[in-house]
Amino acid sequence: MIALVAIVAVLLVIATAVQILKIAELRATESGKEIYEISAKQSKAQAFLLMVFLVAYFGFFAWQVWKWGGLMLPVSASEHGVGVDELMNITLWFIIPVFIITHIFLFWFSYKYSFSETRKALFFSHSNKLEMFWTIIPSVALTVLILVGLSNWNKIMTPISSETEHVLLEVCGQQFMWGARYAGKDGKLGRASVEYIEGVNALGIDVSDENSKDDKIVKGEFHLPVGVPVQFVFRSQDVLHSAYMPHFRAQMNCVPGLKTQFNFTPTITTAEMKEKTQNENFEYILLCNKICGAAHYNMQMNIVVESKEDYEKWLAEQKEFGAE
Amino acid sequence: MSAHQHPHEEQDFLFKYVFSQDHKMISKQFLITGFIMGFIGLSMSTLFRLQLGFPGESFWIIDFLLGSWAENGVMLPDKYLALVTMHGTIMVFFLLTAGLSGTFSNLLIPLQIGARDMASGFLNMLSYWFFFVSSVIMLISLGVEGGAASAGWTIYPPLSALPQAIPGSGLGMTLWLVAMAIFIASSLLGSLNYIVTILNLRTKGMTMTRLPLTIWSFLITAIVGVISFPVLLAAALLLVFDRSFGTSFYLSDIYIGGQVLEHSGGSPILFEHLFWFLGHPEVYIVLLPALGITSEIVSTMSRKPIFGYRAMITSMLAIGFLSAIVWGHHMFVTGMNPFLGAVFTFTTLLIAIPSAVKVFNYITTLWKGNIKFSPAMLFSIGLVSTFISGGLTGLILGDSALDINVHDTYFVVGHFHIVMGLSGIFGMIAGVYHWFPKIFGRMLNNNLGNAHFWITIVSSYGIFFPMHFLGLAGVPRRYYTNSEFPLFENLLDINTLITWFAILAFAGQLIFFFNFVYSALRGPKAPQNPWKGNSLEWTTGVKHMHGNWPGEIPTVHRWPYDYSKLNENGDYVTGEDFIPQIVPLGEGELDGGGH
Repeated sequence: MIALVAIVAVLLVIATAVQILKIAELRATESGKEIYEISAKQSKAQAFLLMVFLVAYFGFFAWQVWKWGGLMLPVSASEHGVGVDELMNITLWFIIPVFIITHIFLFWFSYKYSFSETRKALFFSHSNKLEMFWTIIPSVALTVLILVGLSNWNKIMTPISSETEHVLLEVCGQQFMWGARYAGKDGKLGRASVEYIEGVNALGIDVSDENSKDDKIVKGEFHLPVGVPVQFVFRSQDVLHSAYMPHFRAQMNCVPGLKTQFNFTPTITTAEMKEKTQNENFEYILLCNKICGAAHYNMQMNIVVESKEDYEKWLAEQKEFGAE
Repeated sequence: MSAHQHPHEEQDFLFKYVFSQDHKMISKQFLITGFIMGFIGLSMSTLFRLQLGFPGESFWIIDFLLGSWAENGVMLPDKYLALVTMHGTIMVFFLLTAGLSGTFSNLLIPLQIGARDMASGFLNMLSYWFFFVSSVIMLISLGVEGGAASAGWTIYPPLSALPQAIPGSGLGMTLWLVAMAIFIASSLLGSLNYIVTILNLRTKGMTMTRLPLTIWSFLITAIVGVISFPVLLAAALLLVFDRSFGTSFYLSDIYIGGQVLEHSGGSPILFEHLFWFLGHPEVYIVLLPALGITSEIVSTMSRKPIFGYRAMITSMLAIGFLSAIVWGHHMFVTGMNPFLGAVFTFTTLLIAIPSAVKVFNYITTLWKGNIKFSPAMLFSIGLVSTFISGGLTGLILGDSALDINVHDTYFVVGHFHIVMGLSGIFGMIAGVYHWFPKIFGRMLNNNLGNAHFWITIVSSYGIFFPMHFLGLAGVPRRYYTNSEFPLFENLLDINTLITWFAILAFAGQLIFFFNFVYSALRGPKAPQNPWKGNSLEWTTGVKHMHGNWPGEIPTVHRWPYDYSKLNENGDYVTGEDFIPQIVPLGEGELDGGGH
């Protein structure tokens, strides 16, 4: 019944609209014009609206920054992340002015040169000087962005040398949870493969490998010591996942059949970040950022960053794999 | 035997409207099929926006439209992914590739270069019917058991390869792959035809540097398509092998559903490379025709030659070339060698240079013009705005170091919807408003067109601009809901606002569909040259005929941008502010704006 009423209502609206259009066309024809002709006045009205839009667009932009700026990710909690944030700021300082200036010209010219019966447009087909100018300017700006960007990228992507003191941590994704494994005392991760997955051995660790005896598997959350580099190794045992740790500006895909890696040094403990963000419930998280199935939206693990002493205390409490 | 020799032959219904080999009819078929698919894609996005804006709330419309994909008016998580996947597939391929290129390449190439028809009318007809069959299969896949493909429009394996991983990777994904294989065949048939026609069938005097920019953009698009689409076909076929014949191109070391799979030695990253080798050029397959269309409209409606005609062509060539060597920027954090990441950052950021040149040239074309704001012109201005707004954030995503943190977040969703989605659709809609009189012989209503533009631009920025903020807050894309993370709990307001704008955008398009249908059937009859354009299509009759020109094909004497050209006395050369391409050059008159 409701559907029927809705259909009748829609038909009535369409019929009314058709009639209104017909009347408008007749009126236009009576005044000796065709309805599709665009007068200077009509053109000016649209040009005026374009100016209104320009102001509204900038206003909307400013409003969003004001209203939501505080909801963005807090300061980077990793060493390289500070560089990333700086690069982001440099890039924003470049693109926001370009955004504003080009929009002003675009809409201002549209408004200013709106149609008039009396004016003649300028026949201006090209100017090598102008075109050279606006090829060179972006080229220079981009060269700077590319150089700063790549120097950051190369730094971030260099693996930690084995001599440096670091934590070796494997993160393994599966539908729809994360597992983490510390390398243990020997600093080496034992061999792992999907073939060994059985019962409680959900990460598929080879029990016969000596290196796996002291590995420590944790669930729900993993801890990191502040100020110590962490070398992550990522695995997946079913589909693609992506280990995304937004507060550390860190992300790497987990690929079945391939070990990927990423490293960073945490610089702010969870407790300090609670203070900085004035949020008692603040937690660092690891979340999945590559579509992986129905529950992709809920695949998370907490990360706790704490002092080295606290970290070691916590780690000592975790069971060794071989002890089971 | 073909229509070329018998331009006045009467045809029966079946061959005139259905199995037509006339480029104008095929263009209409592409347009209408593309719009129907686009409407479906648009509706899907409005539905899943309801879930994102009001997570877990029950809507009767969801129950009504989605049936078994929803429970008590709330869509199921894996069906949310099916909707997202199909929305992306339909919008990118069916609306903005086939709908856009298919419509305007077919309509404008013969008309603007002065040809009786496409080089091969038969291949052209096949191209449409392959597209049609592909569309039908894609729609059928919505109704099969397990639901439609749900692995995202990028269909990365293993998710897309294993029905155990998500129900949509069963029959739904098989049909997706079949539909896309047929689609690619359609696209290649079309593209080959466009290239051959443009190179061989130009009328007398129509040198390459007298071609309208629309034709240049269609040519470059077709070349890019011919180079990159076959690679997607190969990728899809290998995926079919992995899914059905037990090969391991993309699969290795997988434990799922309680057992280890036999596949061994493959790599999903291989698929990503193959996919993006098309996937990135695809962005420009969508964009370039839109840019070509608006170049033509901006020049005509400003009554000025397009500024820097040759620079515009060079930019498009540069974009076309670079588009083929930047695909790795979609893969910075896939585990690809970091050195490759550096190379792809370099090539990616280079694209900003020709893009910037195009923007500046558009703006200079407006300067000291005499601009008439038709709905087509408004949408063209809108395109320049979206091209700037979306293009600039590309400098963040293309920079590998910055991409680490915004990769696959809503920042990406905002970026590509503005720069590719909106620019593509604005260009397409601008083209429809501008060439509607050429397609249907009638005029669209301007007031409804203006209303359509204003609702569309306001709501689309309302939808996509806030997404950048979601991305900077760390929200990943393709999440069914953000409510599972305390981190995101303050962001629900943003999502609700976006959803309201999405509903508004949907309503705005209804105005357009009404205008379109009404005007095609009942709109005022179009004059021959409503916008006072120079190019050849405006020298043909309003009523369509086989062969396009009743007598000889006109000869071309000048470039298409002689608008507001003055003689020494400061008067218009021909008494009017435009000089069609068929008018011979005066004594001592320079062609091409003195290039």
